[in-house]
Amino acid sequence: MDFIRTFQDLLYGLAVAASPQNLLVAVIGLLLGTAIGVLPGLGGTNGVALLLPLTFHLSPTAAIILLSCVYWGAIFGGAITSILFRIPGEPWSVATMFDGYPLARRGKPGVALTAAFVASFIGALISIVLFTFFAPPLAEMALKFGPPENFAVLLLAFASIAGLEGGDPVKALTMTFLGLLLATVGFDIVSGTPRMTFGLVALQSGVSFVVIAIGLFGIGEILLTVEEKLRLDGLKARLSFREVWETCRMFRNYIGTLIRSALLGFWIGILPGTGATPASFMGYGMARQFSPRGSRFGTGEVEGIVAPNTAAHAAGIGSLLPMITLGIPGSPTAAVMLAGLFIWGLNPGPLLFQENREFVWGLVGSMYLANVLGVLMVLTMVPLFAAIVRIPFAILAPLIVILCSVGAYAVNNQVLDLWIMLGSGLAGYLFKKLGYPLAPLVVALVLGDMTEQAFRQSLIMGQGSPAIFFTRPIAAFFVVTALAIFLFPFARSALRRARGGAVAAEAPGTAGS
Amino acid sequence: MGLVRKASLTLWIVCVVGLLGSGVWGAPAWQPNRPVEWTVPAGTGGGADQQARLMAPLIEKYRLSPQPFIPINRPAGAGAQAFLWMIDKTGDPHTILITLDSLFATPAAQVIRKRDGSRFTWRDLSPIARLLLDHFVLWVHAESPYRTLDDFVRAAKAGPPGRLKMAGTGSKQEDEIIMVMLEQAWGAKFTYVPFPGGGAVAAALVGKQVDFTVNNPIEAVGHWEAGRVRPLAIFASERVRVGKWGEIPTMKELGYPLEYQMLRGIFGPPQMPPEAVAFYQEVFRRVLDTPEMEDFIERGAYTKAYLTGREFLQWLERKDAQVRTLMDKAGWLAK
Repeated sequence: MDFIRTFQDLLYGLAVAASPQNLLVAVIGLLLGTAIGVLPGLGGTNGVALLLPLTFHLSPTAAIILLSCVYWGAIFGGAITSILFRIPGEPWSVATMFDGYPLARRGKPGVALTAAFVASFIGALISIVLFTFFAPPLAEMALKFGPPENFAVLLLAFASIAGLEGGDPVKALTMTFLGLLLATVGFDIVSGTPRMTFGLVALQSGVSFVVIAIGLFGIGEILLTVEEKLRLDGLKARLSFREVWETCRMFRNYIGTLIRSALLGFWIGILPGTGATPASFMGYGMARQFSPRGSRFGTGEVEGIVAPNTAAHAAGIGSLLPMITLGIPGSPTAAVMLAGLFIWGLNPGPLLFQENREFVWGLVGSMYLANVLGVLMVLTMVPLFAAIVRIPFAILAPLIVILCSVGAYAVNNQVLDLWIMLGSGLAGYLFKKLGYPLAPLVVALVLGDMTEQAFRQSLIMGQGSPAIFFTRPIAAFFVVTALAIFLFPFARSALRRARGGAVAAEAPGTAGS
Repeated sequence: MGLVRKASLTLWIVCVVGLLGSGVWGAPAWQPNRPVEWTVPAGTGGGADQQARLMAPLIEKYRLSPQPFIPINRPAGAGAQAFLWMIDKTGDPHTILITLDSLFATPAAQVIRKRDGSRFTWRDLSPIARLLLDHFVLWVHAESPYRTLDDFVRAAKAGPPGRLKMAGTGSKQEDEIIMVMLEQAWGAKFTYVPFPGGGAVAAALVGKQVDFTVNNPIEAVGHWEAGRVRPLAIFASERVRVGKWGEIPTMKELGYPLEYQMLRGIFGPPQMPPEAVAFYQEVFRRVLDTPEMEDFIERGAYTKAYLTGREFLQWLERKDAQVRTLMDKAGWLAK
């Protein structure tokens, strides 16, 4: 009964979204969003904020379609620079670099881009279906998640990406702690005082994750390339639509990862204050643990591109749910859209679904249409984007440095960030030379802040006792799961060693030889 | 013939331009000749950001300024970054700032040094106008046993210290200041749980993570309409008589003379030319009268409180004294 009603609402929404004006708005939004996604630093959040004033000339429905399409476009576009230049266009596309960039370097930028786009699309689609049919009950469930539950989920995120990038565990641990240390810099909302800012006001907003990532990966990579040899020719890359089609066909093999990443991403997106970035890392980490191809992650494995992008786009959709149903933004971008809702004269909340049917279902309908349009648009551009890698390095490098600098400045509108970017570029180069993995650092930096905040809020709520993580059933479940996942690799190798030992004991002769 | 027509046309243009420039049209003497940079001392999506991003396009729509106003967020250090930015723009007529109460609380809680080493206070800036006052309401969950303020006060006094938990935005800012005000008035002790924004604070109450909040009306209105939260009292001097907000009794009526309102005002950098101040005063006076702003004011139960000049300055001093006294009692003043 309810489903039939929802289905009717959905058809109505599709009709609203498919009106010529709304469709035009959607296309403009997607194009702008893709461009914004390509420019690092000028993230979806800033893009949406910049466009907000323009929306007064539109109806609220057209306005939310414009802003959300910018958001979807930015999620598609963020992957482009990550894959081609190892510069994260958006925070959530850092995980895309781990496998996307190596694959592009191997002369398959088209495959990498297609995988990222199609994965985003599928993540979005699964998410939208969930959004359509289960929005109100899911929002209720999200309310049960207070700081202790959020901490438990973030702990799960840490556990799932522990041991990311194999190699020396001591070095990985060092980088994790360096990331956590950097995450503590800035204005601490719990005590209301600046920490480790050395008297610099500009540092009070914290060390921006995007700035560090642009430096470590983007600038660091340029330094490495320059050192190797100053190549004047670009990469030779095969460019054709055939490649796009073949990549699409490969998706049959990733059904497990797609579903896991989409569900995970959607749920992380719904939780207030997390958003697409942790979702992308969790998607990547989980796939690495559970996929049969997990061991090849980091070397240019297509599944390693699929997992984070599916999760990121699913989370992007999910983060709109608490905004619409509860008035709580699930991500910084949703926070800006929420400001828009107030400005357009709408009160987000459970009543919005009843009082503003056109708005809510128009938005839902536009999610379907916009993501179909979006993926078609970016897929047709794959050969064009991929062709960029053919440009000689000598021409490309200065452009990349400019792109990085503009992006780093745009994050907080402050010059200090440029120095941080250059500093971390140098650090990125040195770390690479010395064999220190970069991924644990950025993951710890992006999750550290939220995790610490949730942890301290929980302790305040529990009046200082960590028992709060175990007395609340949902929190306890996630904490235990996190511990299990964290210990799983150790247990597995211990088990293997034990079994190996047993075999050796049975056949001492072979063991000895 | 053609020459005559050309000459008369030129004359016409000269006359029109002259008339426009002469001030006959009531335009102030100074006008911006490049876009006005409008600093928001908070992140995107918060109250101050919302208002700046609502007013900026209205200024364009009603042609109140020949140049656009561009909001830019400088969120670092609960306003510190924005304040120092304004100091660096001394004398610049094209830079303005929208404020919230961090204007008083942040420089009191931490020593913000200007380039010359002296300490920043709001008195360094050029006050332009007070626009709105934002109210605070004491909210509990709709299923909570506290039906009236009296129930709540009794519970606050009875329980062991810290039993009742309050969610609020940030730390040592307006929400926590109000909590301290309540603690001092009632001799109670609450547990303060900081959250990053008003939306998250409201959700924490709806999700029963905490027992009460002092959310601004606009942050909680959706939940109130949906019957999930219950207002017990408003910290205003008199009832806010717009829509159903008038139902909420004031603290004063209920026997506790507690008042707290947040400033939504506009400031310029130090030594802003008086003509520029006059220009912005006129722009914002007219923005407040637009139908869009009227709607916004009603929905968010704001009090329209346009005030300039000496009265504004006196009000600022009183407000500053209130905030500092409360923070002093809580032991938060930075020496």
